[in-house]
Amino acid sequence: MKLKVNGNEEVVDVSTLADYLALCGLLGKRIAVEHNGEIVPKSAFGATQLEDGDALEIVHAIGGG
Amino acid sequence: MITTLQVGSYTLKSRLLVGTGKYKDLAETGEAIAASGADVVTMAVRRTNLGQNPNEPNLLDVISPSQYTLLPNTAGCHTAEDAVRTCRLARELLDGHNLVKLEVISKSRTLYPDVVETLAAAKTLVAEGFEVMVYTSDDPLIAIELERIGCVAVMPLGAPIGSGLGLQNPYNIREILDQLSVPVIVDAGVGTASDATVAMELGCEGVLMNTAIAEAKDPVKMAHAMKLAIESGRLAFEAGRMPRKRYADASSPETGLIE
Repeated sequence: MKLKVNGNEEVVDVSTLADYLALCGLLGKRIAVEHNGEIVPKSAFGATQLEDGDALEIVHAIGGG
Repeated sequence: MITTLQVGSYTLKSRLLVGTGKYKDLAETGEAIAASGADVVTMAVRRTNLGQNPNEPNLLDVISPSQYTLLPNTAGCHTAEDAVRTCRLARELLDGHNLVKLEVISKSRTLYPDVVETLAAAKTLVAEGFEVMVYTSDDPLIAIELERIGCVAVMPLGAPIGSGLGLQNPYNIREILDQLSVPVIVDAGVGTASDATVAMELGCEGVLMNTAIAEAKDPVKMAHAMKLAIESGRLAFEAGRMPRKRYADASSPETGLIE
């Protein structure tokens, strides 16, 4: 399926958000995820089904003032 | 000694709040932040670079949320909507921590706060239970309105972000201090230690800075200087300065002189 992740189109073969994050090596990292504009709590990564055309924003903390 | 600073539900020992941007690497960031003695440390929220090595060190490995009060900012957001989304992501990133630094900055070379968008974002964030420390211009009317909305601290600029010009309008800052009950913290514009002291002597509850430390030749030494400057300024404010006089007033007694 096609996903839009952080503004870029990706074609992946996954069913849940946890699957996708594991594929990227991000599962268990200090990140936060927005799925189609809604925050997904860490506890719900496994239960969040992804569908073709979904948009994800995956963020982390960096230095800033 | 110096009184603590209460910001919303947070009691802070240090009145110096520091940023984590512009350092040469994470090691220098950690060392400078430790030297500053700050409790509150700001951070930015950005898209994870998916091509990157996911095991490379993370800011939160150096600035531990158990050791510092992290203050996620909304830097880079130009609309209220983006700022609110960023705060929601930050709250999730930090396991429900609800203290945020709201800044909605104009797309101009001044990086001046967009107060129209800032007011709108502040209303939404307060309604969603965030404790909002808000970056704003030094306009006293906007500062009053931000307090009325429910922000836990109002943070007027001393001078444009990253300019290092020092307090450009101490009269406005003084007016804001007179009008507000929530802490007023100067955010942005400090260039060196004396600038920070000036802000504290005016009666500001604290100073938030990043570039003045990160872009010093020796950031760790400057962080220490800023710690002392903030403490000195606060102590001087609490002690109450002597009145200014136009003419000399001898320090030694003028009686009992030998003849």
